[in-house]
Amino acid sequence: MVLRRHHDMGGLEAGAVEQGEHEYGPWEKRTDAIMRLVSDKKRKIMSVDELRRGIEEIGPNVYDEMSYYERWITSITNNLLEKGVISVDELGRKMAQIEQRWRQQGATKP
Amino acid sequence: MSDPHTDDHPHSHAPSDNPHGPHPYQADLEDSPHTHYQVMAEAVGELLIEKGVVTADELRAMIELIDSKSPAEGCRVIARAWVDPEFKARVLTNVNDAAEELGIDPGTIPIRAVENTDDVHNVIVCTLCSCYPRLLIGLPPDWYKSRAYRSRVVREPRTVLKEFGTTLADNLEIRVHDSTADLRYLVIPKRPAHTESMGESELAALVTRDSMIGVTTL
Repeated sequence: MVLRRHHDMGGLEAGAVEQGEHEYGPWEKRTDAIMRLVSDKKRKIMSVDELRRGIEEIGPNVYDEMSYYERWITSITNNLLEKGVISVDELGRKMAQIEQRWRQQGATKP
Repeated sequence: MSDPHTDDHPHSHAPSDNPHGPHPYQADLEDSPHTHYQVMAEAVGELLIEKGVVTADELRAMIELIDSKSPAEGCRVIARAWVDPEFKARVLTNVNDAAEELGIDPGTIPIRAVENTDDVHNVIVCTLCSCYPRLLIGLPPDWYKSRAYRSRVVREPRTVLKEFGTTLADNLEIRVHDSTADLRYLVIPKRPAHTESMGESELAALVTRDSMIGVTTL
């Protein structure tokens, strides 16, 4: 029996394909844009393979609960932390600031 | 254990040495329509700008580029291939170069065209993640990235295609192409019958995203 990791799902049993779609929100496009910029020829801070590694490292249950771009931003953030491009401290402070700002703005952003 | 992602806790993605503890933002989020990840995406972008890694203009321009991509560019490639056999031959050799002939920038990751014929129907998937010719036909639909599609289309493509309303003759060979980070696919659908009098732009309007993925026919 071949052991597979949870992202390697080709050929497994699964339910019907749900064909509903959603429009990508601004934060999802922002996440995609961040990835393209940090992986472009000018910067080469992280690669698509590193993005995938970060996604594949997300635990099985969490992986299934997360949306697509939630996995992406998680992997991008972890890669940037690992590489020291941003620090945990900076990230924590920035996220707290943004939450406060959005709350004050009446929170209509993404 | 250095991998912060291996337990089952839904918030385990937070860095384990986060000074705010294991549930840093959840309490606040109960009062906010924004998810943890939306805040994270905003924060990472702002930090990269503050550090001069990217500029605000670059980020804005990239989002605009992503917004500008749609199946329409792929449809143009298909329509030209239908009316111009020499162009089609070039598409089958190298989609990226052929798209550039039409003024389309399909990105640098190679895209391989697979042509539907009377004998063969092609369908694309990325079983491992979500690889897709997104610079040519826009961001993939949600179902393309779903567990159900990724798992099943390689095993029972006929059944999956039926769920999309596509019933194929039993004698038609179905080829499923599993995309990777380094090679993406584009299906060239069969040109519909009775379209001989149509011009290229009329033909392009017949082409759909799903037909270029191969879950439908035209």
